[in-house]
Amino acid sequence: MSSWRAILVTALVATAPALRAGEIPSDARRSGYTFMGPDTRAMQDDDTANPGMLFVLDGEAMWGKKTGTAGKACADCHGDARSSMKGVAARYPAFDKATARPVTLDQRINLCRVNHQQATPLPYESRDLLALSAFVAHQSRGVAITVGDDPELKPFVAQGRDLFMQREGQLNLACTNCHDDNFDKRLAGSPITQAQPTGYPLYRLEWQTLGSLERRLRSCMTGVRAQAYDYGAPEMVALQLYLMSRARGLPMETPAVRP
Amino acid sequence: MPYKIIGDTIPQPLTGTPGDPARGRELVLARTTTCILCHSGPFPEARFQGDLAPNLSGTGNWWSAGQLRLRLVDASRFNPQTIMPSYYRNDGLVRVGRNFAGKPILSAAEIEDIVAFLVTLRD
Ligand code: HEC
Ligand code: HEC
Repeated sequence: MSSWRAILVTALVATAPALRAGEIPSDARRSGYTFMGPDTRAMQDDDTANPGMLFVLDGEAMWGKKTGTAGKACADCHGDARSSMKGVAARYPAFDKATARPVTLDQRINLCRVNHQQATPLPYESRDLLALSAFVAHQSRGVAITVGDDPELKPFVAQGRDLFMQREGQLNLACTNCHDDNFDKRLAGSPITQAQPTGYPLYRLEWQTLGSLERRLRSCMTGVRAQAYDYGAPEMVALQLYLMSRARGLPMETPAVRP
Repeated sequence: MPYKIIGDTIPQPLTGTPGDPARGRELVLARTTTCILCHSGPFPEARFQGDLAPNLSGTGNWWSAGQLRLRLVDASRFNPQTIMPSYYRNDGLVRVGRNFAGKPILSAAEIEDIVAFLVTLRD
């Protein structure tokens, strides 16, 4: 082997994260979008038909509205979201120095409310929190997910991976049993996707509303008859972090539409 | 209900009364029993059937009642990696939901009904 090839091979081995058994190679990763029928895809693709866009518009109005005893709007600190928020959701959950833990985008929004606006945190799954987070994440539509770089996040990604691999509930199934080993098959009538979290918060026809990734994870947990983790629980954050790192390179789609 | 495994079977029924195949068919088709989330079978009236697992047609040709009983009670005895739940087990599980904790997925009588139905699935 000539020396430049040896260097190239070493470089590849050093940079390509090793793929473990059962994991989906990066060129085979597919958004839930690719599992849907043409009608649902068309609804997502057309902003005038996508019901998630109504939440994005609500979020935009909240972005500019002064709130809390500090009397500040998000825009007073962050300016025009189209530039300041572009790509932000594609790197969340992110490491928070103050607490030395990963925080989700929802948690970051609430930290800003409490610390900078001196307002009350918005409840998980409330219309206002979904709207703000949809508006922020929408600024990353088309941006490739980059979560997983930060060395400080490593132990939390590993925790999320363990949770993904852990069988649980009365049906004794792990996320990986469906989403790594059986995507493209059907669970009764529903296509099983790869569980790529590219479009959240998203509009689910079954819910008739926008919902967070945590809501989706909780329904998969309830589906295997496990005790779902609470919203915002460290395990929930770790799972989302693992899912986002597992989706590296896929473009964000917020607000997606799913059946 | 204690049971005895001999080879790859549980030869003795889990209950004193024999299973009812008609009731067993209803159970296999009930969404809450979960079978057709994964399996398909000779069930023309069921619109949504899964394809994560073998079609149940012909099950009675290949498996005895004793083998089917063990398969339902604890499928992991046949294949430790199987995704098929063990329907008559309530130990060794993690984070079972509050409403389901401490009980098996199916009762002994339900398992006997399903076994009685599955042995009738012959071509
Ligand atoms: C028994 C099969 C099964 C198991 C186990 C399971 N899921 Fe799912 N999951 C599904 C199905 C089916 C869907 C949805 C299809 C749809 O969107 O209509 C889904 C959807 C999802 C989605 C949404 C994907 C999208 O495109 O929006 C995510 C994320 C997800 N699951 C994560 C998980 C995680 C994390 C776990 C473990 C805690 C888990 N799932 C366990 C079957 C399963
Ligand atoms: C989560 C998926 C899942 C569920 C739910 C499930 N099974 Fe299975 N089953 C399987 C798989 C996969 C196999 C193939 C062998 C293996 O992996 O153990 C199987 C094998 C079988 C077999 C042997 C089939 C053959 O031809 O080898 C029978 C019979 C069976 N299942 C009956 C049932 C019944 C009855 C129920 C409901 C009470 C049920 N299964 C629920 C996944 C499932």
